[in-house]
Amino acid sequence: MSRMYVLERSEAQAVMDEMHQALERRLECSSLEPCPVEFTRAVVSMCATQSCGKCTPCRVGLKVLEGLLDDVLEGRADEGTLRLIESTASTIYNSADCAIGYEAGEMALLAVKGFHDDFVHHIEHQSCDFRRRRHVPCVSGCPAHVDIPGYISLVSAGRYTDAVRLIRKDNPLPLVCGLICEHPCEARCRRGMVDDPMNIRGLKRYAVDHMEEDYRPVILEPTGKTVAVIGGGPAGLSAAYFLTLMGHKCTVFEARQHLGGMLRYGIPDYRLPHEELDREIKWIVDCGVEVKLNTYVTDIDKLRKEYDAVYIAIGAHNDRKLGIPGEDAEGVISAVKMLRAMGDDNPPDFKGKRVCVVGGGNVAMDVARTSIRLGAEKVTIVYRRRVQDMTAQVEEIEGARAEGCEVLELHSPKEIVVEDGHVVGLRVEPQIIGGPRNGRPAPRKADAPDVTLDCDVVAVAIGQAINSKPFEDLGVPCQRGRIVANPDGMVPGFENVWSGGDCESGPATVIRAIKAGKVAAGNIDGYFGYNHKDEITVPIEMPQVQYKGKVACARCELKEREACERKHDFDLMEIGFTEEEAKQEANRCLCCDHFGYGAFRGGRIFAW
Amino acid sequence: MVRLTIDTIPVEVPEHTTILDAAASVGIKIPTLCYLKDINQIGSCRVCLVEIEGLPQLVASCNNYVEEGMVVRTNSPKVREARRENVEFLLSRHNTTCTSCVRNGNCTLQSLTRDLGITDLPFEPKLMRWKWPKDYPLQRDNNKCVNCLRCIQVCSKIQEVDIWDLVNRSSHTAVNVGGARRIENSECALCGQCITHCPVGALSERDDTARVFDALADPDVITIAQVAPAVRSSWGEAFGVSPDVATEGRLATALKRMGFDYVFDTDFAADLTIMEEASELLDRMQHPEHGPLPMFTSCCPGWVRYLKGHYPELTANLSTSKSPHQMFGAVVKSFFAERLCVDPRKMFVVSVMPCLAKKAECEEPNQADACEAPDVDCVITVRELDRMVSEEHLDIAMLPESEFDKPISEATGAAVIFGATGGVMEAALRTAYHTVTGEAPKPDMFSDVRGMKGWKEATFNMAGTPLHVAVASGLGNTHHLLEALESGEVHYDFIEIMACPGGCAGGGGQPIHDGEERAESRGEVLWGLDRKADLRNSYENPSIQALYSEYLEEPLSERAEHLLHTDHFGWDMPLAPDVKAFSKPQSKVLQ
Repeated sequence: MSRMYVLERSEAQAVMDEMHQALERRLECSSLEPCPVEFTRAVVSMCATQSCGKCTPCRVGLKVLEGLLDDVLEGRADEGTLRLIESTASTIYNSADCAIGYEAGEMALLAVKGFHDDFVHHIEHQSCDFRRRRHVPCVSGCPAHVDIPGYISLVSAGRYTDAVRLIRKDNPLPLVCGLICEHPCEARCRRGMVDDPMNIRGLKRYAVDHMEEDYRPVILEPTGKTVAVIGGGPAGLSAAYFLTLMGHKCTVFEARQHLGGMLRYGIPDYRLPHEELDREIKWIVDCGVEVKLNTYVTDIDKLRKEYDAVYIAIGAHNDRKLGIPGEDAEGVISAVKMLRAMGDDNPPDFKGKRVCVVGGGNVAMDVARTSIRLGAEKVTIVYRRRVQDMTAQVEEIEGARAEGCEVLELHSPKEIVVEDGHVVGLRVEPQIIGGPRNGRPAPRKADAPDVTLDCDVVAVAIGQAINSKPFEDLGVPCQRGRIVANPDGMVPGFENVWSGGDCESGPATVIRAIKAGKVAAGNIDGYFGYNHKDEITVPIEMPQVQYKGKVACARCELKEREACERKHDFDLMEIGFTEEEAKQEANRCLCCDHFGYGAFRGGRIFAW
Repeated sequence: MVRLTIDTIPVEVPEHTTILDAAASVGIKIPTLCYLKDINQIGSCRVCLVEIEGLPQLVASCNNYVEEGMVVRTNSPKVREARRENVEFLLSRHNTTCTSCVRNGNCTLQSLTRDLGITDLPFEPKLMRWKWPKDYPLQRDNNKCVNCLRCIQVCSKIQEVDIWDLVNRSSHTAVNVGGARRIENSECALCGQCITHCPVGALSERDDTARVFDALADPDVITIAQVAPAVRSSWGEAFGVSPDVATEGRLATALKRMGFDYVFDTDFAADLTIMEEASELLDRMQHPEHGPLPMFTSCCPGWVRYLKGHYPELTANLSTSKSPHQMFGAVVKSFFAERLCVDPRKMFVVSVMPCLAKKAECEEPNQADACEAPDVDCVITVRELDRMVSEEHLDIAMLPESEFDKPISEATGAAVIFGATGGVMEAALRTAYHTVTGEAPKPDMFSDVRGMKGWKEATFNMAGTPLHVAVASGLGNTHHLLEALESGEVHYDFIEIMACPGGCAGGGGQPIHDGEERAESRGEVLWGLDRKADLRNSYENPSIQALYSEYLEEPLSERAEHLLHTDHFGWDMPLAPDVKAFSKPQSKVLQ
């Protein structure tokens, strides 16, 4: 009689699990842009190790494929090899008995088709055409290419003003980014291979909060050139800052009563307090930027005559409609309008009201959490996909829930129920999740009856549009509402006109807007016949870089004030690092600017 | 100051000293392979590893710095095992046929393997397929490469030409010509600095010694050798013989023992170059329509290749004077052939040069002016000369001294300094001064252009006219000078450029000493020979005077133009279509 056992994880299984976790971490932070053929070869090999060996295509086919890929890598391949690779992958995909085989075949097919040119280059030139641009992972992950290992080493050395100086070389909004940057730099941080990625944003905030003294930047000799900047958001302010440092005279035209753009009119106070934002903006303006508030301009022909260059950075401040019945009823408000009112210190009265927020992005979370703080009785976030499909950051969703927001996933708004011209409910249609469409799982109508959510307010947060029409009417090229610009920022057909930020890229992040402003500044300066970007330098001596050895240490996270407390006010929600945390976190940096590939093609870049 | 302990020895060094340098300060020589001071401190080979108390992993001593209280062990069992195994890894990807390698006996990997006591190769060797054009002057064997990346760094940081790059990734990573170009279609100047900084046999010159031996063995061929100025400062180095023993006299004897029918001194042609070039300069100054200023020297073919590859718009600024050895070849196959009453096509002229670019220069289509055959048949580097000396089993110190053959070997001190940076400029100025003023220049009145500084400038008074001159050596310095010149930041009348740092004394065809730069000390030998010379000005050279009166008439005469000058527009650098984009990686437009 066979005996039964309570299953326990064997030692080998524990090791296997640990290796899987390490591999997951490794894949997550990726390497320095692997060669597509090498990577495909490695993926095929990895898949082959998972084969049980029962079926031919998986057991033999994957190994055959591996050999063919080796032929490409080692200079033994020709065009016939490429055809054979494709047919081998197809056969594995078409004929394997289980997912281990056909999923591997599909991945190989994707690679052969998607990397076709790279395969051909390998075969013809015996070399890889996939250029390495990411020399230091975090620096290349940051759109503005801020010298992250540099300022981390300065934080580690306790030189916070110098750290901020170094950040401002590439990014004039360190305070803003210390609080709200989406930190794409952290996604590729190599420390993630060891345990967790660095908390880069936390260290930036610590540096800003602990500057030993203020300082003023060096401003180059006046050139006599003038630039009109339309829009006082992060792109416009960054361009104006760098152009001012280069000696050009900038005038910022801002349609609203405050500078800051979406930083003020899109991000709630509890994430980025107005007085803090104003302090950072004042520091930039004090460099000598002329500001015209409440000045809505569209007549670029006039500006082009009056100024030597024009930079259009109007952002994306128009709302998008749901397109369902009842949308014009009283009580329906767009996220853009609501947050704009908050920015002008003119909050709507939500006290005791039931609010439905439609959308799954960060803006939806901002609106929901703002509603809670405005005293709403109940806040429900309605989203047609699943929670894991939301584009909002996980911590934003969790934060909203902790503050009492309900999340109703898989429900699509169908109609706003109106009584006497006023919202009384939101009718939603239950959804079921299906296969992918455009890269994300698409929902479809479920076989279930509609539900009506009783509410007084419906806040619509399903994206922003760009008010580009007035410019389009003047002949500025636009595509799907976005202003068209060359990769260098210049608007084609409009010499001396540049554009960047949300109005050019579509709604994006603050750091991408900063990068756009920086690029425009560098290229407008070049257009004027200068090369001042080499002079935007920071003459500080950097601390000595030292190999600290691999000492496993997890990442310090930034804490937040307790939900029950913070949800009653608009005070800053997040708590900065303690000195102990900042020091420990800074010491975790692996200094990829000095070790690894960075030793060869990395290091300090003092000029842009 | 920082105090630490290395191998139990207390050490005190300034802050920001590498562990490698700190150890060296107390006589501990940590083995290295990829390391090249200030140029390549990237810790890629992992040979200079050390153990630091308290750290779980070993660290590279070349790019880690001392810290207060640090306890370092440079040869602990852990270090020894890792160092040894890393070298064994390298050997498993290396063609270890040392006995037939051009660097046998002068190879850092070989000596490292010996020093680490590696007598067995535990890992199965795996070599890569590699294609390279066998007839190109610069040869590269990937299966000898240890991926130290020095060649990339030297070409990028010192020469700023960026021919080499890493191609491919992972275990297929290799050094090759960047941008998927082929070497023969690249803008390589053929300076050879990558060769002289390669620690192993991956980079070398095309070996032409067999062609020379064949010519020497053919009784119907009249073999003629000529020896460049800088060769006399360095040809004994490979045998450990100092320049005062390895003299030009013993070199003449060595070449005659090999069987050369005539052994001449290129110095003679250096004086001839000065006569032509100084005349050309004065001519351009008086007749701007004859050619633009500033005038560039043209005696360095690496520089000529660089200019034509990177600044073709400045080609007209080059002096049309040929380089000395090419002038020499043309004179030998015309004047001297007539003297001997022989068919110049039976002559085989071999130039012994500290240079790689001259191998390409002598093959240029318009360097065949004396007869339909090339003026110079073959160029060998000092390294090839030394290999021939070895093959002839000559003992340098035992050789008697002999003179170069007459009548075209007599030379002045102005000629021998051609081999050092600033030398061509100074030699030209001496003769130009005489031409302009009618007076002999005072000794050393132009010495401001000497020295190892990469970009030198001076202004001299030429009979009331100020002459602004500049001298640069190394192509990185040249790049900066030309950028400043084109942007109008600087203005000169006459510019000397040498592609190799320090000039020919640091040439890419010179003997290799890993980690040592000998351009300065070799240059000192040449300046010393100038000081000792009876005649120090080219115009005083009686053989030159005789050549002009008997054959060439005067500088810039029709015959001189035909034999001694060249049309720089007669050939193009083989530019790949994408060269512009690639040679200027710092695009002026930000994206």
